[in-house]
Amino acid sequence: MKDLSLFLGCVIPNRYPGIEKATRLILDRLGLKWSELKEASCCPAPGIFRSFDKVTWLTIASRNIVLAEENNTDILTVCNGCFSSLMDANNILKNDAALRNEVNLHLKKINKEYKGTIEVRHIIEFLSKEIGAKNLNKLIEKPLVLRVAVHYGCHLLKPTKERKVGGAECPVFFDELVEATGAVSVPYEGKTSCCGAGGGVRSAMLETSFKMTEYKLDRIKKAGVDCIVEACPFCHLQYDGGQVELAKAGKTYNIPVVHYSQLLGLAFGYTPEEVGLHLNAVRSPEFEDKIAKIQKKDTSVK
Amino acid sequence: MKNSEILSCFQCGTCTGSCPSGKYTSLNVRRIVKDSIKKDISDQCDLWMCTTCYNCQERCPRGIKVTDAILSLRAEAVKKGRILPAHRVVCKFLIEVGHAVPIDDIHIAIREKIGLSQPETVSKYPKALNDVKILLESCGFNELVKE
Repeated sequence: MKDLSLFLGCVIPNRYPGIEKATRLILDRLGLKWSELKEASCCPAPGIFRSFDKVTWLTIASRNIVLAEENNTDILTVCNGCFSSLMDANNILKNDAALRNEVNLHLKKINKEYKGTIEVRHIIEFLSKEIGAKNLNKLIEKPLVLRVAVHYGCHLLKPTKERKVGGAECPVFFDELVEATGAVSVPYEGKTSCCGAGGGVRSAMLETSFKMTEYKLDRIKKAGVDCIVEACPFCHLQYDGGQVELAKAGKTYNIPVVHYSQLLGLAFGYTPEEVGLHLNAVRSPEFEDKIAKIQKKDTSVK
Repeated sequence: MKNSEILSCFQCGTCTGSCPSGKYTSLNVRRIVKDSIKKDISDQCDLWMCTTCYNCQERCPRGIKVTDAILSLRAEAVKKGRILPAHRVVCKFLIEVGHAVPIDDIHIAIREKIGLSQPETVSKYPKALNDVKILLESCGFNELVKE
């Protein structure tokens, strides 16, 4: 296996740096060989740029991939949008010679060439396949006694022919990783439904996007959970920022939103502040108390 | 649309029934597929209500790449200048700073507070940002999204 180039994208470093901090902590704790991909740009975001012009989308994505190729590393994404753009672009460019030639003509202007020598990974499928939930469980220091609503996010799973992580209707690999931390993944209606943010809908039709978020939040609330756990900062933004917007319309949920990097960080014993939970728009003193109590408990084998 | 694959659609409506956006909006994927065979639908705002969740594509009994077809229809609309103002702003961000969601002073301050330095992205490396600009220009993207 190649070393990893961490690709952070836009939303994590520029809006939720706490997820970046948590990711750095857990990658080090897991002993993985990684470094941040320097000089990266936007992946570019699949919703708008893939919709607008395929060749532009492929070319900007290919530049990011080439940066990793030059380091002989695979790319590790922590965002479903980045995963979608970079993995799909990588697959298209590996298999379509005409598009690869076209993209390389553009790349030649900046003295780069796409070769197709690396893979694009997402932290969830990476942990699931390369470490496994059982092994991960052995590394947990503070088992998290929490009830959790897992949200996979669309582009971690679909299109299934490209993603190769199994079916999209009843996936389990993310739930297994969540339960490896000691938490319980609570079933809820509409679990694999969209958060509403993707496809450029959030940016152009915010109200519409929140209707879909509300659909999810209503069902998550009904399930009775301590928090939502996702693996995509855009879903994170939609649920976290969305709750603030929905509260203005009189719909209060107050459900903390936690990226898996942050959840794993908590289970490794990092404090909520160290994994950046305090940077969320939705703050829940009860949730933070619960985490504090769990982390204070001595779980070492006597 | 020049997409022979969608001609095999038998209008079962699984796509529409699976659509999270269509529950709340006028987006009707089945109708988009049907209409796009016969006429230019570039003006239809519904095209932009799709979150690209891929439910329709996954569940299509004919195996039609429905979401990909919507992306192609969007690209045709963009070529005709049908671009939503908010999307134009995001395009401008990419052209100017290489990111769809640019860093700002508030988040630079937050990063410093939690011990993170400036992101190692094009925002830190002017030559790298210039490379992105060269590529966007070379692809004709600036011209495409120009008002």
